[in-house]
Order: sequence, then C-alpha cells, then structure tokens
Amino acid sequence: MQRNLLEIKDLNVTFTTDEGTFNAVENVSFHVGRGEIVGLVGESGCGKSVTALSILRLIPSPPGRIERGNIFFKGKDLLKMSFGDMRRFRGRAISMIFQEPVAALSPLHRIGQQMKEVLILHKKISKEKAKQISIEWLEKVKIPDAKEKMVAYPHQLSGGMQQRVMIAMALMLDPDLIIADEPTTALDVTVQAQVFELILEMKQKHTSILLITHDMGVIWEMCDRVLVMYAARIAEEANRNDIFSNPAHPYTQGLLKSIPKLSTDGKRLKTINGHVPSPTNYPSGCHFRDRCPFAFDRCREEEPPLFDIAKEHMAACFLIQQRELLNKSGE
Amino acid sequence: MSKIMDLQGIKSSVIEIKDLKTWFPIQRGILSKTAGYVRAVDGISLTIGRGEIVGLVGESGCGKSTLGRTIVGLEKAWKGTVFFQGQNLFTLNRRDRRQVTRKLQIIFQDPLSSLNPRMNVFDIVTEGLVEFGMIEGNRDDHAKRLLNEAGLEGDVIFRYPHEFSGGQRQRINIARAISMRPDFIVCDEPVSALDVSVQAQVINLLIDLRDTHNLSYLFISHDLSVVSSIANRVAVMYLGILAEYGSTVDVIDHPMHPYTIALISAVPVPGRDKKKRIVLEGETPSPSAPPPGCRFHTRCPEVMKVCRVKVPSMTRSGTRQVWCHLY
Repeated sequence: MQRNLLEIKDLNVTFTTDEGTFNAVENVSFHVGRGEIVGLVGESGCGKSVTALSILRLIPSPPGRIERGNIFFKGKDLLKMSFGDMRRFRGRAISMIFQEPVAALSPLHRIGQQMKEVLILHKKISKEKAKQISIEWLEKVKIPDAKEKMVAYPHQLSGGMQQRVMIAMALMLDPDLIIADEPTTALDVTVQAQVFELILEMKQKHTSILLITHDMGVIWEMCDRVLVMYAARIAEEANRNDIFSNPAHPYTQGLLKSIPKLSTDGKRLKTINGHVPSPTNYPSGCHFRDRCPFAFDRCREEEPPLFDIAKEHMAACFLIQQRELLNKSGE
Repeated sequence: MSKIMDLQGIKSSVIEIKDLKTWFPIQRGILSKTAGYVRAVDGISLTIGRGEIVGLVGESGCGKSTLGRTIVGLEKAWKGTVFFQGQNLFTLNRRDRRQVTRKLQIIFQDPLSSLNPRMNVFDIVTEGLVEFGMIEGNRDDHAKRLLNEAGLEGDVIFRYPHEFSGGQRQRINIARAISMRPDFIVCDEPVSALDVSVQAQVINLLIDLRDTHNLSYLFISHDLSVVSSIANRVAVMYLGILAEYGSTVDVIDHPMHPYTIALISAVPVPGRDKKKRIVLEGETPSPSAPPPGCRFHTRCPEVMKVCRVKVPSMTRSGTRQVWCHLY
C-alpha cells in the first residue's frame, strides 16, 4: 500500500483562556495523498485553521496545546520531531499560504529581500542565484515587471499581487505539501480565479494541497476530497462529488441548502436554525444537535463516531447507523 | 411580493441619483496642495423604486461603498444630485435635512464595530426614537417590538453587544435601522462578515422587512450569489462608473457587458463546469488615473480599437442599460 503523504491521527488541541480550557480540535483524523487537493471546510471557529497550524506546529503555546495525536508526514511523526528538525521542514517540505498576505509579509523589507532570504536559508545558494530564482518565480505567478517589483515594499502592491508573492514564496522551495488557509477569501473573484489557476498548476506537479475554506463553491472548483468540520470535530468526509450530490450529515445538508446560489429563481433561502456555539459552550453529545432538525435522545448522550457510508465517505451522525439498521432489517 | 417586479410598474421612485460624483482630493506637501483626485464615484445615475432592492456589485475599490455612503450623507458629493422622494438632498437646510435623513438608514458590514460597546441593546435601539420623540407607548415595549421584528427575543434588551454572536449583532443593527421607520436603507455588505450558516437567516429577514414595510434597499455586496438571491435589479460597477444595470434575471442569467460576464464566470458555483471560467488578466487600474476610453479596456477580452479612445455611451436593451461599444 502506498503510504499517504500526510496522515493525521486522533488530533486533539486545547486552548486555555480566562474562561477555562476548551477543545479547539477534537479527535480529528484524516489523510492527504500525493498530488491530491483536500478541502477542509467549516465556519469561523470550527478548528480548521488550528488543525492546519498544528501540522506545522505553529500553535502559540500557551494558550494552545496539542494534547494528543500523531501527525505523520512521509511516515515521520511531526509532533515528535525536535524543534530544529521542524524548522528545516517548514517552508521546504511543507509550506503555508495565509489568508492575509499583509500579515504574513514583513512590511519593513522589500519583496525581493524576503524572497532571497528564504532561498538562501533553505537552499544554501549564492545571493545572485537567489535573486535570479526570485525573479523567475515572480514571473511565474504573473507579476508584471518582476525585476522592478523585487525592490517594492509589500504595501506598494495590491492585495492580489501580495497574495501572488506569498504563493511564489510558498512554491519556490518546491514543497511536497502546501497548506493554503483561505488563500482567496480576501481577494476579489476575478483575482481569486487567477490564484485558482496557479494552485491547479501546482497540482499538476504532484504537489499535495490542503485547502482551508468556508466557501463550498471553492471546494467544488478545486478539491478532490472534502472534510467538513463543525465545532472542533469532523462532521463528514467524502470525495467532491459525493459531498454535493449525496451529503449525509444534517449539517452538510443544511449548509448546502442555505448557501446563496447564483440563481434568479426567486426562491426563499433555506436556513439552519440558531447560531454556531461558542467553543467554551459546546453542547454534550453531538455538537450540532441544538441546530439539527433530526436530533433525538442519543445525540444528547453520546458523541457520534464517524460511520462509513460508502467508499471514502463517512459522517459522524447516528442517523446513518439507524438507516443502516433499518436497511438490514428490511433485507 | 414577487421577486421579479414589473419594472414598468414602479411608479414612485424613492431614490433618484443623477450624475453623482464623489471625488477625494489627494493632498501632497506641507501646503497640502491638491495633486489630483481619487474618483471613487465618477458619474453615476440610477433610480430605486419603492419596495425595490437594487443590488450593487463590483470589486473592492470600485466605489460601491462610497456611492452608498454618499447617498446617506456620510461622504460629501463632488458633483451631481441625489433626490429622495423628489427632494434634493444636497440643497436642504439643516433642519429639513435632519428630518429627511432619518428616513435614510445604513447597515454596515462589521456588526460589532458599528455598535457602541458601552451601550446596551435597549439604548442602542431606542436612542434615535428618543431623539426624534418617536417612542410609542412604553419605551421598553417599543424596544422589545423592534427586537422581535428583527428576530431577537425581547429579554435580551439589557445585554451588551459583545454578548451576542455575529448574526445576532447584525439583527441589532437592523432593529436600530428600522426603528427610525425609514423608507430606504443602504445595506453595505450586511452578511459578508457572518458565518455561512447564518447568512441565509439575515438575508431572509431583510426580505421580510422589505415586504412588511415596503422598504427600498441599495444592497451592496461583492458576492454575486448573495445579490442574486435578494435583488430585483442589479447594477455592476467598475472603477467608479456603471458597466451594466438591469433586472436580476437579465444581468445574472444573460449578462451583456464583458466585465459582468467575466465576473459571473469567476464565481465558484457548485455543480457548474469550471472550464467556462474566464480569467481576467492584470489588475484594476487606480481610480485616481482611470484609463481613457472605456475604463475596462485594459482587461477586456473583447477589446476593440474604439474602446481605447472613446468612452462608451449607454445602450438600452429592453429595460437593461449597458455601457459597452459592442452594443
């Protein structure tokens, strides 16, 4: 069996604040194969970014703490790696594209300087060579007048261009895995389309991508497989087509029905009742039960594990088990 | 009320914008010499009928928020006029203006920063009512009625903004806006900061309020999917001017302007073939130095010679207006 590039097992992350300790990520397990784009979708505060940051061990500690779990990358457990080894991994083997390029680029250093620094540090090459590679990459991400832009400061570039600089920096070390945390959320749709093209080009080169987003449309356009997260847990996992044509978890179903679509049929939008619970205040049992139209007693008492539905399709909902039992008794 | 209104049937206009320009001077040097202007809104005319929701879409920096802010008086217009129920808003004296602008409200994108953190919900929603002497009956009851209308329980009135979730905060903003019994509300990206699963709740609330109070909205959003689910008509803005304006069905289902076509094709829609996406090259030019001719010509996939030199005039196609040399 071919080993997966990234394999996360039973990840648990907690944060401690004035209001107490709460679970930001609970029992999350998933894998990313080579050349695969896996989407991690969920609403703000559901733990998707914390999951991503845990992979690079960038969780600020305190207040954050990885309580349990394994993160295997090419078979090595990143959580057991020494700090120095981890530093060499970051950027070269796994790189990250953040939502806010303004926050990720240094405002005090020129674009070229920041790019060259990364190259020199990781690849141990001469300044001249680093400069040449930087310019090449700026051209690859379609930044006009790349040579001149090397001496520009981040604030002199538009948001779309800053994001492309970030992408160039993430790509130029030729990583095996790219974690993209809402890479296009701050961008206009036309710029988003440009960034999508770039990400799909990376996939062509068998780079794996973990794409974090709250936008189901982005999932449809970009991903091979999808993980739906709700309130610190994985609610559903499926390949792209199944999640849209055959969603199993009531949250996924509600989400797909409630998102405004580009249509003019004049139909009223369906809604999910209530609002996302605060992490300090998750309900017992299933975290979605307060908003779930199908909740029953068991949902209050037990945490639903992930039940298999079909190949590569799982959902954490007792309804699936019930349905299965019904089917069996009918046979 | 049917979503697609008979456009001829709109008799009374609530807002009429005529050739509106909002320019911001760029000042340089110690003498603050004006070195140029950011032409945020650069000549826009449009009419919004009673009970109508006009969606205003465009990319960041195209001037859509400035247009909304100019209508309600938060920015000073450079040229042009805005008529509200036939009255020119820019020539009113102070006292009349106070009475009139009460009927023009605005809801902002960030529901938290638009609420005073030191005021409780009760004070927030009744402050304007007290100011204008509009309390009906008991102040408590009036506040509760408003909150109920916005979908909140009456018992929250003594809580503070930080105690609510994003969707609930936006409901408080909506309750405050409708407390003034407005005729027209500018909704500036009202659901963009909300969680996906609560966006639909707020959109439905805004539609219900329009229906019960016969309100008109200018609904500003960068999200075409959101706009298509609420607006009767859609205006597409690019670099301070309109590219296309027409009924939602016309503009979303059968766009004519190459910019609208590209914009719609770029929206990721589940189930749609992604090969049809049109990727625009380059960047939006700066609004302080818009390109000559058609402002979109630097990025237009259908650019012709004439586009580089001549500003396109408006062409009508049915009830739709489009500014493009192709037509």
